[in-house]
Amino acid sequence: MENAQPSFKRELLAALPSLRAFAISLIGRHDRADDLVQDTIMKAWAKQDHFEMGTNMKAWLFTILRNELYSQMRKSGREIQDSDGLFTESMAMHPSQYGALDLQDFKKALDQLPPDQREAIILVGASGFSYEEAAEICGCAVGTIKSRVNRARQRLQELLQISGEADFGPDATSSPLTSRAFAF
Amino acid sequence: MLSMARKRQQAKSDELMTVQKNEELDQQRLELRASDILDPNNQIGVKLRSLYAAVQEEVIPDRFLDLLEKLDEAEMMASAKMAE
Repeated sequence: MENAQPSFKRELLAALPSLRAFAISLIGRHDRADDLVQDTIMKAWAKQDHFEMGTNMKAWLFTILRNELYSQMRKSGREIQDSDGLFTESMAMHPSQYGALDLQDFKKALDQLPPDQREAIILVGASGFSYEEAAEICGCAVGTIKSRVNRARQRLQELLQISGEADFGPDATSSPLTSRAFAF
Repeated sequence: MLSMARKRQQAKSDELMTVQKNEELDQQRLELRASDILDPNNQIGVKLRSLYAAVQEEVIPDRFLDLLEKLDEAEMMASAKMAE
């Protein structure tokens, strides 16, 4: 018990950058995302007896953050993204970090996705979770996550007018071709 | 060319024969397409990860370190009291 505490804190700290990146990608605003991360830390701390050391701390924290976000939204009736704030944020955003214009455009496109698709594509595409883990975090079926990721990807391609497979190297082109061969 | 089309038609009607087979194929397609996002050549995936990495590489704000410190202290005080 004596030892469990400091290492709980250490593991929580280690997962914090990714947890914060998840919150900011979901919400689009640093200030609101950081408030949510703070609430998540408090919740996690209070529930630390429920956490089994050695299991996936990151997934556990992501689940708490997500539940917290949706319960706050239900209470306030507010949407995840608020477009007024987004503009202010993009003006005030650290230009060094989001300097690349195409990344700005990408962020705007990401903000236009339905929340369930956005979280699915972030969890699988950026946070490094498997489909199974993402499904557990979101409390839905693996197939649902897959179709959300897929729809999110297609929508982003449309919004950013990226033609998709054609632009990619030989590895990426051959895999959709094979998939089509299997499908027909 | 014609035989290709015929083959395809044949394959398609085969596909319709069993619903289950259809579902399996759908699943297969979904899986292959969804996994594209992790392909290093997929532009959407690459951009998504750059955006995420930009935030992830930011220094952890002091408010979180302070908060954890306070939580830790409070807990140590509480357990010290318990031990008394």
